Amino acid sequence: MIDADDKSSVIRMFHVHHNYGTQKALIDITLDIFKNDFVFITGPSGAGKTTLLKLLYLAEAVTEGQVLIDGMNLSRIPRKRVPFLRRKFGIIFQDYKLIANRSVFDNVSLVLEAAGKKRRLIQKKVRSVLRLVGMEDRQTALPLSLSGGEQQRVAVARAIVGDPKIILADEPTGSLDDDSAGIVMDLLRGVHIRGTTVIIATHDKDLIRKTGGRVLYLKEGRLDASSFIEKDYGTSIF
Amino acid sequence: MALLFFKRAIEDFRNNRLLNVVTLLTISLSILIVSAFILFFINTSAIMNFWKTGLRVMAYLKADIPRSEMLDLRHQIQTMSGVESVKFISKEEALKQLKAQMKRQASLFDNLVKNPLPDAFEIRMSAAAQSWEKVEFLAAQIESMNEVEEVEYGQKWLGRFTQIFDLFTLTGYAMCTIFFMAAVFIVANTIRLVIYSRRDEIEIMRLVGAAERFIKIPFYIQGLLQGALGAAIGLAVLFVAFLFIASNIEQGFFSGLFNIQFLSLLISGAVVLTSMLVGWLGSYLSLKQFLKD
Repeated sequence: MIDADDKSSVIRMFHVHHNYGTQKALIDITLDIFKNDFVFITGPSGAGKTTLLKLLYLAEAVTEGQVLIDGMNLSRIPRKRVPFLRRKFGIIFQDYKLIANRSVFDNVSLVLEAAGKKRRLIQKKVRSVLRLVGMEDRQTALPLSLSGGEQQRVAVARAIVGDPKIILADEPTGSLDDDSAGIVMDLLRGVHIRGTTVIIATHDKDLIRKTGGRVLYLKEGRLDASSFIEKDYGTSIF
Repeated sequence: MALLFFKRAIEDFRNNRLLNVVTLLTISLSILIVSAFILFFINTSAIMNFWKTGLRVMAYLKADIPRSEMLDLRHQIQTMSGVESVKFISKEEALKQLKAQMKRQASLFDNLVKNPLPDAFEIRMSAAAQSWEKVEFLAAQIESMNEVEEVEYGQKWLGRFTQIFDLFTLTGYAMCTIFFMAAVFIVANTIRLVIYSRRDEIEIMRLVGAAERFIKIPFYIQGLLQGALGAAIGLAVLFVAFLFIASNIEQGFFSGLFNIQFLSLLISGAVVLTSMLVGWLGSYLSLKQFLKD
């Protein structure tokens, strides 16, 4: 368990702008996310939540400004080092992004194989996380034979199996029923308690209210404090 | 890790069976055609060398040349570049040989009043000088001598055949290059289709931190396997065809004269390696383009 007062930044953004062609997706974003933070990035659709996450794992490059992950300046990372950066993250997507023709076990083990871990360690680690997310009995199943909630639990297992420093979750409960969403959020809370920084992009106010955590509100590409109504979320503002 | 890559390559092969079979057939066909060319060249070269082994130039002398001049002439020819041996065949000996060769018609010669055959030198070329140009040059030199009536190098047609063969060789190189490029192009395209059908998977791999090496190696192994398998199939088909054709040829024209050979182990190995290179190059080119995008 990490000391709650440990406030060293794992992510820093300085005056970050991002454009898609002539369209401005993010405008002058400056923020800090600390070690063992549990952060919601929220706002209406098209506010730039997903774009902000993509900048962190370099699926998109900033148009202007600086992003630092664990002290590394992303604009200076050579292409060959990008996979190493991404191993700092566990990423969860709304559409799960599981490989359809590979078993649950193989989907999860992929992260460790890609990191060059030993076969024995992979076996042990994957079984352990599948047990944690309650999918141990379905490890030979193919993703399409699972329910949405089960698929997202596999995605969570894949995100945490490499012991990442940071979990990025983009609308992780967006296509789940309440029970499945509850299970996924409990898992993320559990990961956070064990010391991982968790960043969740969601527009679901109820989810934020129920879970609690720091909230970053985006509106039309800007971090917006004035439009934030604390009582709507029942939790702290950035 | 190597086992994992190999396992993944085999899985990919199974999951994209149709595309992989198309690639395999393309490689097999290219290898079959190129190997057939190689087989043709090897055997044709061997036949030509076999014919060239007996290459000789006959210099027929003018009538009534004194013996002393003949000795001089023989010495001159013997010292020419490329000449291995010079044998004098007198007109009497020549007639005797002719009679021996024409046993049944030997009686035809009984009524001859005068031996019509000329004295001659039989000139054998050294092994190093058996190129057609050298033979021609030597023949021209001998023919320019005053004592020489006529020079004949009986296998003149061999010169023409050599020229045609050289043309074939050139065409063969061009064909091999074209087939090599076509095979690389087709393999690259089929692997590109495989990659395209798996673009989501590749994208996921990249997102979870897979290095490009991790993504590429199974495709490279797949390309190498396709190359090796394609070559094995192509060579096997060629071998069956060879057995069939060789048995017919040996019973016919070349009966007892010449053994037609299949590709040696060394050449077969080189064909397999080249085919693997084709498979790898196809994978390399399509991955390079895909992962850049």
